[in-house]
Amino acid sequence: MKPAPFEYVRPASVEEAISALTEGGYAAKALAGGQSLIPAMNFRLAQPAVLVDLGGLDELRGIHPRDDGGLVIGAMTLHREVEHSSLVAEHLPLLAEVMPWIAHPQIRNRGTVGGSLAHADPAAELPSVMQVLDAVLHVQGPDGVRTVPIDEFYYGLFTTALEPDELLTAVEIPPLPAGSRSAFEEVSRRHGDFALAGVAAVVQEAEDGTVARARLSLLSVGDGPVLAERAMACLAGRTLTAESIREAAALTSEDLDPPGDIHASAEFRRHLAGVLTTRALDRLRA
Amino acid sequence: MDEAQRVNVGGSVNGARFEREVEPRLLLSDFLRHDLHLTGTHVGCEHGVCGACTVLVDGEAVRSCLMLAVQAEGCEIITVEGLAGDDLHPIQAAFHEEHGLQCGFCTPGILTSLLPFLRDHPDPDEQEIREAISGNLCRCTGYQNIVSAVKLAAEQMRK
Repeated sequence: MKPAPFEYVRPASVEEAISALTEGGYAAKALAGGQSLIPAMNFRLAQPAVLVDLGGLDELRGIHPRDDGGLVIGAMTLHREVEHSSLVAEHLPLLAEVMPWIAHPQIRNRGTVGGSLAHADPAAELPSVMQVLDAVLHVQGPDGVRTVPIDEFYYGLFTTALEPDELLTAVEIPPLPAGSRSAFEEVSRRHGDFALAGVAAVVQEAEDGTVARARLSLLSVGDGPVLAERAMACLAGRTLTAESIREAAALTSEDLDPPGDIHASAEFRRHLAGVLTTRALDRLRA
Repeated sequence: MDEAQRVNVGGSVNGARFEREVEPRLLLSDFLRHDLHLTGTHVGCEHGVCGACTVLVDGEAVRSCLMLAVQAEGCEIITVEGLAGDDLHPIQAAFHEEHGLQCGFCTPGILTSLLPFLRDHPDPDEQEIREAISGNLCRCTGYQNIVSAVKLAAEQMRK
């Protein structure tokens, strides 16, 4: 058998799941959709002693609208459910746009929103998208519930603010402020493969047509989602023109220190990040 | 090591009930092949890249190498063996007609991926077809005849 042996626990409630995680400590691992964890277990890169299967926790599934147009998405909601949700299409077009970029249909049929966010793969699309959407993560542990703004959630490669006895239960996304537009761009070798680079962008326009606030988050070019902070700052107060976009894209590239691998050199990834930033911002010009 | 934990799992495969006690680390792909002797589901990369092990779980295509058998508790599974009745399924017939396979290793995963795809996209264009099979590696055909076969299958199934 491919994975190493483990003790299998299938809790009937979030509280039971947290007890099992607390008991297991660092040797325990929560199983969501398994589309990243099970391959890692098949390679025996991951060898949890206790596997806590969240598959029975229906309370963690579903897309719930807030009164103001924001959404709360349960951690165990499938990628497919988000992809086909009319609520998401209506309220968060950026999220609807990104879903087909996430792996292949077979993976989206099992993979979950919470699993992707908590796994913190630097090539994942959702962390960057949630970052530009100013999402807030709902986290539950033995001492209760806390919320973590997305900008404080990612610590580094496959590392988040989650403690070993905590569970990501939902992600809450506020509505886009009035005057906002969003775009997503990505390049991969083959549709559905890991991104060589990608960018999620939200630009909020003030009444005079200048940029009130810009959010740009890059993926697959760092050890997690990377906010292009200097580029964001350089756009504020200006209109989106060829000139300001070129400047923002140059700052984005300059500030990155991407990894190189067999699929793309660091230099190519840095170049790509600039090109994709330009494409995304070009789409957002009025 | 203590005696291995065993967990009960029950569901159905191709309409037939099953009930087994398995080690929780047993993958669904291996469960189908070794325990239920349904060897039509092929095992290629075993880490979710090649798509050869694709089966339907509750009507949707999933990679059986990325699922534990115990996660299939209460599920309805369809494998490639469940496609044909007395005659080949129209998708299978179209692959035969258009020479959509050579060695055949990837074929079960492609057929099972296409079943829900054609259900949801009865009249797909070439771009949609190529995206639908983007998660299935074929090293023989170059995909051209697979795409032709999907077009033919869609046409036949619309009749």
